[in-house]
Amino acid sequence: MIKIEHLSKKYKSAESYSVVDLDLHIKEQEIFGLLGPNGAGKTTLISLLCYLIKPTSGSFTINGLSFQKNKQELKQIIGIVPQEYALYPSLTAYENLYYFGSMYGLKGQKLKNKIFAGLEKLGLDKFAHKKIDTFSGGMKRRVNLLASIMHNPKVLFLDEPTVGVDVQSKNVIIDYLKELNKQGATIIYTSHHLNEAEAFCTRVAIIDQGKIIIKGKPQELIDAHENAHNLEEMFLQITGKALRDYA
Amino acid sequence: MHKLWASVCKEFWLLSRDWGGIAILFIMPLALIITITIIQDGTFKTIGEEKMSILLVNEDQGSVSESIHQELVENFDLIVLDSEAEAREKIAKGEYQLAIVIPENLSNNLQIKVDQNVDKLLAKFDLVEDESINQTEIKANEIRLYFDPATQHTFKSSVRNGIDKMISKIETASIYKAFQEQLSEDENEIIFDSQGFIDFKEIIPQQGDKELFPNSVQHNVPAWTLFAIFFIIVPLSINMVKEKTQGTFVRLRTNPVSYATVLGGKTLVYLAVCLIQFILMLLTGVFLFPAMGLPTLDVSGRLLNLFIVAASSGLAAIGMGLLLGTVANTQEQSAPFGATFVVILAALGGVWVPVFLMPKFMQTVSKISPMNWGLNAFYDVFLRQAEIWDLLPNILLSISFFIILSLIAIVYYEKKNAV
Repeated sequence: MIKIEHLSKKYKSAESYSVVDLDLHIKEQEIFGLLGPNGAGKTTLISLLCYLIKPTSGSFTINGLSFQKNKQELKQIIGIVPQEYALYPSLTAYENLYYFGSMYGLKGQKLKNKIFAGLEKLGLDKFAHKKIDTFSGGMKRRVNLLASIMHNPKVLFLDEPTVGVDVQSKNVIIDYLKELNKQGATIIYTSHHLNEAEAFCTRVAIIDQGKIIIKGKPQELIDAHENAHNLEEMFLQITGKALRDYA
Repeated sequence: MHKLWASVCKEFWLLSRDWGGIAILFIMPLALIITITIIQDGTFKTIGEEKMSILLVNEDQGSVSESIHQELVENFDLIVLDSEAEAREKIAKGEYQLAIVIPENLSNNLQIKVDQNVDKLLAKFDLVEDESINQTEIKANEIRLYFDPATQHTFKSSVRNGIDKMISKIETASIYKAFQEQLSEDENEIIFDSQGFIDFKEIIPQQGDKELFPNSVQHNVPAWTLFAIFFIIVPLSINMVKEKTQGTFVRLRTNPVSYATVLGGKTLVYLAVCLIQFILMLLTGVFLFPAMGLPTLDVSGRLLNLFIVAASSGLAAIGMGLLLGTVANTQEQSAPFGATFVVILAALGGVWVPVFLMPKFMQTVSKISPMNWGLNAFYDVFLRQAEIWDLLPNILLSISFFIILSLIAIVYYEKKNAV
């Protein structure tokens, strides 16, 4: 489904590479977790795969298509849930979803049904006509997710979709993502919540300093490390306990 | 097409939620046009009906200064002071805008100078003997003018010209009088007709039987309406920069929608805003101004052409807003730049100083200002009763300007985000 070969990215102002000669193959309908400390290169990798930034070298294909040749087709089959709330705060949830759904070519009753079905699924149907800037963090996260999946993407990229939300909202989001996955969506997901990733992902890769250090099924990775009882303990063994602050 | 419609809906919703922004977009241009018209109309009245106070120091006390005094009294509220120092102080403090100081012996000296010249001329015809000519050397006399430093150059020029004309008239009269005294023995005999031979008459253009006599509102409304329309650059560019900072722009970049469609939605909504602004300003000119005692804006028979000009100027302004919004990354970049740039365009366009009064180089620069195209087209409609064919060059320039700037914005966006 996603085939990445020798992908590297170095920002103009940076001293070192954010992604270094990365090779990765993600299979169809996987829930793939990209885990790593701050500044490891997770967001850069997602931005590269969503055609938001240009790779320094290397290439990748999604569903056999490349952005250089099949830009419009690729945009139609991928969805991205950015880390920030990418919504218009002064518009209602319905208006935001109407607009972003329309940008994927949806219209009329089909669009309307899709909006209300999604809002109902995520417990927001009562707030359809309320402005986003009146929503709590968890509610915004759920609308942020809905705005990215209006077109039923085959591949969904999620950059920390549950950061800063309450447990209930997190639960609803994860359940919904599982449902989308069952319907056929391939999910690539970054998170700092390792317990969540352990339960959610079918496979994970731990990235540090732009390189994949280890990848595999969560339980297999835990089992392969002595004294590690969960993904978090295994993660700390691999990446160390030193702070990873950067600016 | 549906994507364009959705973009229009989104822009409309965004605008309709920002009441403060709407108030600024619609009320501030009206406040601007009302304020400017009241001030300018008041200025015309001050010049035409109420006399301006000026100071006069008469150190001459002769016939020439008496003539000057009489001329000045007709045009100004004249305050006569005894000392030049006092006048200078009052001007320096800004209490008065102008003081005129007539030097000592001006009448006497002028008389001697004129007599000398007349005698020399008559001596050539042997009508006067050389020995009888007064040989006293008379130096040129100066009438001293003190201006408040705050007075504008145009005011100074008009006062200087007026006084120059007045003095020339008095000098000419003195010369005629000297010839009269020399050539005629009868004091009451009139040899010379001292009235000016060449006069001028302003012919007001007519359309049918109706004289096209523009009032101050016909001049003001187009200029300041255009100024207000161009301020659309500021909210439009802020709207675009906000999308970048809110993160919605990143989402749009991943959506299968062209940047031209995104810009198209903005163009249609902001063009509607420009036209609503224009309608409000026309309504103000037609209905509110007469109620406030100001001249009425005459739009009869011109509405269609006016709307075409307003729409083309609005498009030119929107093109600039789209480009600025595409290039700028922060509101701190777009808002001050947009506002200052509009003021520069207004200056170049002839909103404050007529283009023909500008230096040659600036007149050339002015020709590439979209505000100049709009202003010329508006003046053509309001003051010259032009037909649509006469307006076409300026309208086409404005529309082409919009197309070119929008294309630059799209190319810049594509290049910047090329992956």
